[in-house]
Amino acid sequence: MPQMIDERAKAGLTPEEDLSLLHEVSMKTAGDSHVEMCIQCGTCGGSCPAGMDMDHTPRAIFAMLRAGMREAVLKSNTPWMCVSCYYCTVRCPQEIHITDVMYTLKNMAVQSGMVQDSTASDFSRTFINFVENYGRSFEIGLAGLHNLIHPRLALRLPNMAPMAIGMLTKKGMSPLPPKRIKGMKGLKKILKRAKELEAA
Amino acid sequence: MSDYIFYPGCSMESSAKAYYDSVMSVCQALDIQLNEIDDWNCCGATEYLSLERMPAYALIARNLALAEKQSNGSKTVVAPCSACYLNLAKADHYMHEDKAFGKNINEALAAGGLHYTPGKLAVRHLLDVVLNDIGLEAVKAKVVKPLTGLRVAPYIGCMLPRPDYGNRYSDTENPTELDDLLRALGADVIDFPLRTACCGGHMTQIGPGTAFELIRRLVSTAADQYKADVMVAVCPMCQMNLDAFQGQMNGYFKTDYHMPILFFTQLMGIAFGADAKELGFGSEFVSAREAMSRIGVQTPEPAADAPAKKKPAGLPMPPPLVHASQTTTHSKEAGQ
Amino acid sequence: MSPTKRPKERIGVYVCHCGSNIAGVVDVAEVSAWAGKELEQDGVVVARDYKFMCSSLGQELIERDIKEKGLTRVVVAACSPHLHEPTFRAACARAGVNPYLFEMTNIREQDSWVTTDKIEATKKAKALIAAAVGRVAYQKPLESLYVPIDPNVLVVGGGVTGIQAALEIANSGQHVYLVEREPSIGGHMAQFDKTFPTLDCSACILTPKMFDAGNHKNITLLTWSEVEKVEGYIGNFTVTIRKRARYIDESLCTGCGVCWEKCPKKVVDPVFEAGLGYRKAVYVPFPQAVPKYPVIDRENCTYYLKGTCKACEKFCPTGAIKFDQQDEILTVKVGNIILATGYDLFDARKIPNYGYGRLPNVFTSLEFERMTNAAGPTLGKVVLRDGVTQPKSVAIIHCVGSRDKNYNNYCSGICCMQSLKFAHLVKEKTGGEVYQFYIDMRTPGKTYDEFYQRIIQEGANMIRGKVAEITDTARHPSEEGKLIVQVEDTLVGKQRRIPVDMVVLSAGLEARADAKEVAQKFGISCSADDWFIERHPKLDPVATMTDGVFVAGACQGPKDIPASVAQGAAAAARVLSIIGQGEIEIEAATAIVDEATCVGCKECIASCPYQAIQYLEDKGKAYVQEALCKGCGTCVGTCLPKSISLKHFTDEQIVAEMIGAMQTMKSFETVEAA
Ligand SMILES: Cc1cc2nc3c(=O)[nH]c(=O)nc-3n(C[C@H](O)[C@H](O)[C@H](O)COP(=O)(O)OP(=O)(O)OC[C@H]3O[C@@H](n4cnc5c(N)ncnc54)[C@H](O)[C@@H]3O)c2cc1C
Ligand code: SF4
Ligand code: SF4
Ligand code: SF4
Ligand code: SF4
Ligand code: SF4
Ligand code: SF4
Repeated sequence: MPQMIDERAKAGLTPEEDLSLLHEVSMKTAGDSHVEMCIQCGTCGGSCPAGMDMDHTPRAIFAMLRAGMREAVLKSNTPWMCVSCYYCTVRCPQEIHITDVMYTLKNMAVQSGMVQDSTASDFSRTFINFVENYGRSFEIGLAGLHNLIHPRLALRLPNMAPMAIGMLTKKGMSPLPPKRIKGMKGLKKILKRAKELEAA
Repeated sequence: MSDYIFYPGCSMESSAKAYYDSVMSVCQALDIQLNEIDDWNCCGATEYLSLERMPAYALIARNLALAEKQSNGSKTVVAPCSACYLNLAKADHYMHEDKAFGKNINEALAAGGLHYTPGKLAVRHLLDVVLNDIGLEAVKAKVVKPLTGLRVAPYIGCMLPRPDYGNRYSDTENPTELDDLLRALGADVIDFPLRTACCGGHMTQIGPGTAFELIRRLVSTAADQYKADVMVAVCPMCQMNLDAFQGQMNGYFKTDYHMPILFFTQLMGIAFGADAKELGFGSEFVSAREAMSRIGVQTPEPAADAPAKKKPAGLPMPPPLVHASQTTTHSKEAGQ
Repeated sequence: MSPTKRPKERIGVYVCHCGSNIAGVVDVAEVSAWAGKELEQDGVVVARDYKFMCSSLGQELIERDIKEKGLTRVVVAACSPHLHEPTFRAACARAGVNPYLFEMTNIREQDSWVTTDKIEATKKAKALIAAAVGRVAYQKPLESLYVPIDPNVLVVGGGVTGIQAALEIANSGQHVYLVEREPSIGGHMAQFDKTFPTLDCSACILTPKMFDAGNHKNITLLTWSEVEKVEGYIGNFTVTIRKRARYIDESLCTGCGVCWEKCPKKVVDPVFEAGLGYRKAVYVPFPQAVPKYPVIDRENCTYYLKGTCKACEKFCPTGAIKFDQQDEILTVKVGNIILATGYDLFDARKIPNYGYGRLPNVFTSLEFERMTNAAGPTLGKVVLRDGVTQPKSVAIIHCVGSRDKNYNNYCSGICCMQSLKFAHLVKEKTGGEVYQFYIDMRTPGKTYDEFYQRIIQEGANMIRGKVAEITDTARHPSEEGKLIVQVEDTLVGKQRRIPVDMVVLSAGLEARADAKEVAQKFGISCSADDWFIERHPKLDPVATMTDGVFVAGACQGPKDIPASVAQGAAAAARVLSIIGQGEIEIEAATAIVDEATCVGCKECIASCPYQAIQYLEDKGKAYVQEALCKGCGTCVGTCLPKSISLKHFTDEQIVAEMIGAMQTMKSFETVEAA
């Protein structure tokens, strides 16, 4: 039997109709995101300060969600380029909570392991590791660890050294990790329960 | 004396020490009593929300729960950082709007013996408290050293005026709150069109090219187009991006900007007559010394040529928008 | 209280399928069978279900049963009485049963349309029918009242719609009072230079109509005037009009124009010139104004402000200036009213990211209309705010304040075409580059899409995307000194920044700022967006729920000129048809005072919202004027000795209705329990 080429797959569409994708995104976003109301006007894409660097504009992402293009959406860098400026959210004529949907897409990409360039998600992970263990974040340690994980990022950044040194000298910041909060045990329990609820 | 519950946020203890010091100095001068939330935790910035929804909100809500417990009559949580402010406000908003979601978060909190009643506390930023509770008149009354001659670019950033769950700001794109405050201090405030444009957020760590471009837009517009002496920020993350990364940005674009980025409380402190050192001056990457020395020695720099305000010589401009009930049906006098 | 002994009546019950509208949810066959059996002891002698009761066959069914089975009462379970009560009442009357012995119950809007639960819906239909059967036996034959129609008509608003309506009526020989708030009639159309899709000159087609309206022997034109109060009902309205003082004696003024030429006081004209031009303190809004008399703008006139000047008075060759003139209050009697008050333009200053009011070279559509008008402030030249520089590139932004939940959620309908018209005008007048930024191109009228294609051919650049922001903050040298339109070109999927010299905002249409007050004055209602509500969106688009009050043109919703004119004429036709009838039937379901028990306390008089109750001094009793009474029942509740009752809604009828419904519901419970 000759090998069949699925035209839909070639076009980036999931072979099986994945019409539940939009609903899933909606369910995984806090509050009522109105995501199904998009009229494809492009206000979001036009407003986005990071739009030039995105694989797809936010508007295109909403069209792809409708088309059920799960993989293409979750693999795209769009949500990771989002700087949470909320311009799109306040300007969207359909009152879609676009910034919140970007967070949801990041959540889904991480959970499905489809993240392509892990710079951003690793940064978030490193940041959160400090928080999950100390209850506080730690800027110096964060910058250091993050650059260890992503040395090529450090290469891309011309002259990062003065900035790190400046943190210590000019700002008198401590190179030691932050003080652990007293209620760390309670916080750990809270986060554990929250993770269970998220998975449910 | 006004009492508030205070959520400082992580950077106030490290990179934004200058902010912390100046906030304390200014609040003392204005009789604002800040009661720090006991054993508060990091709000997770934008990072936790990116990874997992429920834990992210639970992390934020723990602070609200502690604050509610400790509230003791005062119902307002004040945050000096825009990102912390928005996270706290967002958690409160969604727990309130989406009852099932609120229940889930409380179920998580219960694992740590805590509970938060959505809608119980008002979450506000320090700027809003200074403007609306203390008031411009009270601020003006404290000014002993007006900032006359200092050209400042007011920079509010994203997360204060947007999405603005509580409808606290005059506009989502061109809010004038910070302008008003700085003007009350006697500064020469420019009409900065990018006052709520993005500082780059966490992109400095992730996609520096993207971030540097955003920083460049802000700094170059303030410097080249508006000849500002300093830019004023209301958020430690904005200040850090624009200040600490300005050097890298210059390297990236082969430019040479030296735009000092100060906290609004630092300028308030100066105007109130506090000592510059106590207000954390000197910890910035781009030195503010030259800019400040101009007004310090009372010899204002020859005024930089500000962009000429276009006078509508030919056709009249529409009058400013009058809000709500008042409508302008009557003709106004011709400007001639 | 329980009803008196049930009269023996022969009742017919008819259950309508309404296609699948009712039958899709309610088991209509089961319901009619049930009624025939279970309600037999209440007098039901025949119960049927039928596909469309309102069809002539359905009506004949009722008529035949009345004749053959001797029915004395009829119940139809179908749609809303608003729609078809008159239909079935007429059928009963034709067969010799008094129309008030008919009862209609709604099993569509109040049953099948509000649930998908077939079992519950069927139960509810039965209960509703039992209620109607319960009450119908107690209904009494009533005679409708007929009142004569005053043939005079009031038209409010002198835009193209109001002018059209007034002319149609006046030409038929009836008298019209045309009331316009501004100094001249003409409305928005008078502000334009060209009109889509034919690009004919607005003034050329409007001015003759304005002239006719101003000089018609059957039209009393009242400009600079406003309706203050409306009393009465269809056929017999009494309207109070305030004719504001113009400070000009119209019998002396020749419209020579010396006064406004000599007047030293120049002010921005926010109405006719849309804020883009100036006028004097004594002025006519535009040269072809009808009437030709100027008005003195008291708020700006130097004499009224400072006590000196009077230049106009000095120079007026006929002594027509009268600084001491007073407002006049006129009372007129009319039988019908047409509202044609038009629209307001959306205030584009509300959208901060578009910069209107902040960036000088951002203009609104109305400003641009004035700019292109040869009689406008720039004499028809397209120039920047400096008044001299011709733009080399112009961006036209669609959907400003429309289709946007932050502002107005509806489509303003006309602005795609108006934007295309602007593209043509820019090309024609400047030869420059022109960009259209649109979400969807909406050109559904006759020859409208052809117009769209013509504009594409003329070289306009079409960019599909709702503009995100307009800024003067340059990012690159190529953008310096320009306005930059930032947008996602959605068909390319990329963000673009397009530098232009001028931006025109195609702002949406909004209901008049005072639409709610006006609606209240005339006793009609407004939609959530404040547009006047028509009686039926498809089948009765110019009538309202208030008999004798009609709406036409843009006050009912966004509309272009062809649609506005059509509605103006339609409203005129509706009014003329009522006038032609000579008299009008008034519903007999009114309140009535029992003089034997009335103590003359006057409580009812104060309570009636329609001022329908009179006090008869000689008898010391209250008296309901049937023609004014709307049958609302408010007075019934206030009368302590229970002297007022509502014909057709007696206590007895209502109690029987409730018993019918409740007994039926109860019987279901017992069945379920068993
Ligand atoms: C920029 C722009 C361009 C347009 N171009 C075109 C075009 O090229 N072709 C086209 O077909 N359509 C065009 N239109 C649409 C057109 O303006 C309307 O269809 C038309 O004006 C509607 O007429 P109207 O009489 O219903 O309302 P209006 O023109 O608004 O007239 C209403 C009149 O009622 C008066 N009035 C209001 N309230 C009261 C009151 N309480 N008492 C007394 N008087 C009152 C007003 O003063 C006014 O004179 C355009 C619209 C805009 C905004
Ligand atoms: S702005 Fe809103 S409606 Fe428009 S494309 Fe973006 S998400 Fe869709
Ligand atoms: S919030 Fe994110 S997606 Fe929206 S405009 Fe800002 S960066 Fe773009
Ligand atoms: S000068 Fe006198 S006559 Fe002439 S237009 Fe004015 S008021 Fe009328
Ligand atoms: S009195 Fe008033 S209207 Fe007359 S000329 Fe003087 S300013 Fe003009
Ligand atoms: S007519 Fe066109 S421009 Fe006007 S609101 Fe509708 S789609 Fe937008
Ligand atoms: S029923 Fe209503 S309208 Fe009629 S008289 Fe009584 S209160 Fe007035």
